[in-house]
Amino acid sequence: MKFHSQHLYSKEHFKTKYLASKKAFLVGALYASTLFLAFAPTASFAATPTNEVNLYTTREPKLIAPMLELFTANSSIKVNTVFVKDGLIERVKTEGTKSGADVLMTVDIGNLLDLVEAQVVQPVNSKILNEAIPAYLRSSNNDWFALSLRDRVLYANVGSGIQSFEYESLSDPKFKGQVCIRSGQHPYNIALIAAMIAHNGEAATETWLRGVKSNLARKATGGDRNVARDILGGICNIGIANAYYAGQMKSALAGSEQRAWGDAIKVIQPTFKKTGGTFVNISGVALAKSSPNRENAVKLMEFLMSDAAQALYADTNFEYPVKAGVKVNAVIESFGILKPDTMPLTEVAKYRKRASELVDQVGFDQ
Amino acid sequence: MSGKLEVNDIRVSYPLKSQLKAAVNGVSFSLESGQIGCLLGASGSGKTTVLRSIAGFEPIEQGTITIDGELMTSANQRIPPEDRHVGMMFQDYALFPHLDVKSNVGFGLRRLKPQTREERVDLLLELVGLSDLSGRYPHELSGGQQQRVALARSLAPDPDILLLDEPFSNLDLDTREHLASELREILKQTQHTALMVTHNHDEAFAMADYVGFMADGKLVHWGTVKTMRQFAKKSGAQ
Amino acid sequence: MVNVLKHFAIFESGKRYTFAAFVVAVLVCAPLLSLMFEAVQGSIGHWGHLLTYVLPHALWNTILLLLGVGFVVTFLGTGAAWLVTAYDYPGRRFLTWALLLPLAVPTYIIAFTYLDILHPIGPIQGLIRDVLGYSSPREFRLPDIRGLWGAILLMGVVLYPYVYLTTRFMFLTQAASVVEAARVLGETPRGVFLRVALPLARPAIVVGVTLALLETLNDVGAAEFLGVKTLTLAIYTTWVTRSDLAGAAQIALSMLFIIVFLLHFEKRARQRQRYSLVQRMRPMTPTVLKGRHIALAWVLGVIPIAFGFLLPAGYLVVQVFKRMGQQTGFSTSLIQASFNTLTIASVATVLTVTLGLIVAWAARRVRDSANEQSLGKLFSRLASLGYAVPGTVLAIGLLGPLLLIDQGIEWVLGLAQYKVTTLIVLGSTAGLLMAYVIRFLAIANGSIEAGLARIPPSIEQASRLLGESSSRTLWRVHIPLLKPAMISAALLVFVDTMKELPATLMLRPINFETLATLLYGEASRGMYEEGAVAALMIVLLGLLPVILLARAQQRSV
Repeated sequence: MKFHSQHLYSKEHFKTKYLASKKAFLVGALYASTLFLAFAPTASFAATPTNEVNLYTTREPKLIAPMLELFTANSSIKVNTVFVKDGLIERVKTEGTKSGADVLMTVDIGNLLDLVEAQVVQPVNSKILNEAIPAYLRSSNNDWFALSLRDRVLYANVGSGIQSFEYESLSDPKFKGQVCIRSGQHPYNIALIAAMIAHNGEAATETWLRGVKSNLARKATGGDRNVARDILGGICNIGIANAYYAGQMKSALAGSEQRAWGDAIKVIQPTFKKTGGTFVNISGVALAKSSPNRENAVKLMEFLMSDAAQALYADTNFEYPVKAGVKVNAVIESFGILKPDTMPLTEVAKYRKRASELVDQVGFDQ
Repeated sequence: MSGKLEVNDIRVSYPLKSQLKAAVNGVSFSLESGQIGCLLGASGSGKTTVLRSIAGFEPIEQGTITIDGELMTSANQRIPPEDRHVGMMFQDYALFPHLDVKSNVGFGLRRLKPQTREERVDLLLELVGLSDLSGRYPHELSGGQQQRVALARSLAPDPDILLLDEPFSNLDLDTREHLASELREILKQTQHTALMVTHNHDEAFAMADYVGFMADGKLVHWGTVKTMRQFAKKSGAQ
Repeated sequence: MVNVLKHFAIFESGKRYTFAAFVVAVLVCAPLLSLMFEAVQGSIGHWGHLLTYVLPHALWNTILLLLGVGFVVTFLGTGAAWLVTAYDYPGRRFLTWALLLPLAVPTYIIAFTYLDILHPIGPIQGLIRDVLGYSSPREFRLPDIRGLWGAILLMGVVLYPYVYLTTRFMFLTQAASVVEAARVLGETPRGVFLRVALPLARPAIVVGVTLALLETLNDVGAAEFLGVKTLTLAIYTTWVTRSDLAGAAQIALSMLFIIVFLLHFEKRARQRQRYSLVQRMRPMTPTVLKGRHIALAWVLGVIPIAFGFLLPAGYLVVQVFKRMGQQTGFSTSLIQASFNTLTIASVATVLTVTLGLIVAWAARRVRDSANEQSLGKLFSRLASLGYAVPGTVLAIGLLGPLLLIDQGIEWVLGLAQYKVTTLIVLGSTAGLLMAYVIRFLAIANGSIEAGLARIPPSIEQASRLLGESSSRTLWRVHIPLLKPAMISAALLVFVDTMKELPATLMLRPINFETLATLLYGEASRGMYEEGAVAALMIVLLGLLPVILLARAQQRSV
């Protein structure tokens, strides 16, 4: 029996090495390429100056793309855009001095003030900006600048017969089961509620909110456009939304769905009892504190205040331009002459936190 | 030739409800090269734990396990199973389901040249009488056939000691008897030292040279088959 | 000699894996620790408001949602799995993989599409009105789908494949002998299912349901649009509207407790099952159906597919064709986004499955020493925590650690006099990949662990006694046997990475769009239909792994 004729193994007590078999090599190659891809060319952009400008924005790309394209066409400066849904401040703060952000763009006065408070911005001393923008639409320290205005209005069923409206009437029991609105916690609504507090005080606003909640036709969710769609669908008769959506919908292609939604509603500019003014919020910009391309950044900001850019805000976005003398889109004009509420936005912004807490207390979204 | 096993006063414990329970306590025995030993006992007697300690899967608290004078396990040291040159047959055969019979048997022969490996596999399959089943997969074999493959596989790397964990418990009676005597023949032929555990007296006496009786973690008696028969008679044949 | 050996102990084969698992666990826990750090920065007064007004309702909603979804996915998933394993009828093969299709539809897309489809002015209600003779939705309309019930049904119908996958595999490979035994003992088909197959499949069901529920907890899109205020949504709101990271982190941590409980329960349930040492992996012989039973089987099988996939996908296709008339082909951004999505998903999958394998191996049931085993299990559980964290919260939690890594790299390079002007990890795809790996490790780990559990420890012992170390055993024996589990893990991770939204939005590099972020950008304007192209692409791309997965499963059994 040839069983024990060979010494098959010498006695070793050391670990055996991994055999370099074909399979092992392939796997190794796979991992190498994986790691390479992981750190590949998409590394973040340089925080050193280039002939570009880096824009961090919470606005949807389609809304600002036209202005940016025009800017690049005029100045040959490339714009790199980062669209961040939430956490803009957090991103910039964490990136710190290495952050490549030049221009910070966002909507809602509250967000702009948050940027200042988080100390991620620096002031811009620009004659162009200061001349184009009225004083109450920019920071007294030149920290932030409004680029466009958007009013928050009433969408009403065309057959409803409503001619004018006060924000405070939204809680009137006669509208029970007829109101559509997006989440109470959404920044657009928070600002409106904060304005309500600024006007009428907290207690009255709480009562008002409870009244609105009991008038809701369906859960407070969805977007502003859904208000129009739900009115068309018979779910509700009135609702609160931003005016520019109405502008877009009413200007959509004839026969398209958006157009049908737009045609189903009539836009009424509501007012506050006290001042007779309509609530208006802003979209705005600020210069990032550690901006690497400061010059280009300021150029972009100034460009956004040019007639051309402002006209784009008016015509493609259906917003109100900040600069005086720029024509408003015809559809928007048809809604009426805007009487902006005189309550300063910085004042309104003070009540944001309380507004949000009220929404929770009243259980508005539940 | 090699294969002398020395188990010296070993104790193996495991944690049970924040205490230590001794599964094996003060067990000592030895096997000379080429001898077949068997540990007999009911389940829970600690026999399987002894086996697994020799294989290197259980750490021991005290005592030593030595093979051919080389220390395998002590309280401070434990050579990993893959370096021990110990073979084992499992109760559930533990054949690799994704490999055919040939590859199963040749599994431990990785370091050999392919030619040599093939020769050795053929040799072993012949030994256990399965030469014409080399291309089959484990799930295509009967219990008895699987067990032979397991035997061939464990003997292929020429281990110093072969351990057998209740090798016949999953088989029917006829196969069991048949296989038991065959197994002894094969082992005597290849002169491998072997240690088996079982709860079946007949198998123990049929297979082994030396039998040990275990109860409650202690080795109650260790001796030749003859002396064990006398012991069993005396203690009233359980 | 003995002492030297002791020093090398940590690199001894078994311990190497435990150490690697430890590193992975630390990686996963880093953002969680960062979150805790953030949470502590918040005030107590804050907590008061949350506890009184926000948490109770959000918690209640979340629990109801979980219970509802759990029930629906168990019902649909196990029923479907049984339908295609226990019975034979023409077209069964087709149903087997078709039942996986809803996996390709993310929860946010199903919510979008059904809100459109079921809207009073949408196609279904329009049809109903035509049939009933009404002309305007003001005369007749169905109740709104927005709300808890809508969310439960919609999420259930796209998440049941998780349960279907694991349960079907279990039925196929483990049930044969016990089912036959039951049949021989005279048990009715229903009894066989309820009394034998279902209990046997419990560990698989638990794994599948846990995955589905974790997916539910993570979702923000569907909950937001359907108006269900879940804990995740509360986190978002607290953070977005009050810019309150600390408050958000606080809610997030309390969510994690629920999830730890969920995971613990799942592991306990699995442990209580005896792992059968069934070596024979032969499939079950199905009962052949005749006559109207075939039709019944078909109807039952098609219902979940129709609601979970055909209807929403069909709707998207229609919308895309409508838009095609207006658009001029596919934009470059769409093509670029597709490429990005495919690349990063592939890389993430390779990384995640590898790490999942390492962690599962370290936690496996071979008793080398009691200590090592429980350590391995601990690390495995820690490594699974990432899946519980909602994407955005994970992203915030990662910002800190990623920055630390960057600072570390800078310091090291600084020693070599190399000045760093950019961020290396934060803001590159590496940071994003880390987020994906952390989030989806649980899938890989769970699938591979379940696969490992089916391999008896004696197999590893046999291999080691035949001279192969623990690593070599893994390579030569277990990985071939784990192929189905690994493929299943890879495809689930791939699809999930593709669909991921919130973390991607936050951590991706500049100008790096994935299909999901592209779709989101369009959809957030409220014009859901225009994102239809991106949505359809996500669904289509998600189909490929689903089909491959189905085939792989079929081939391996």
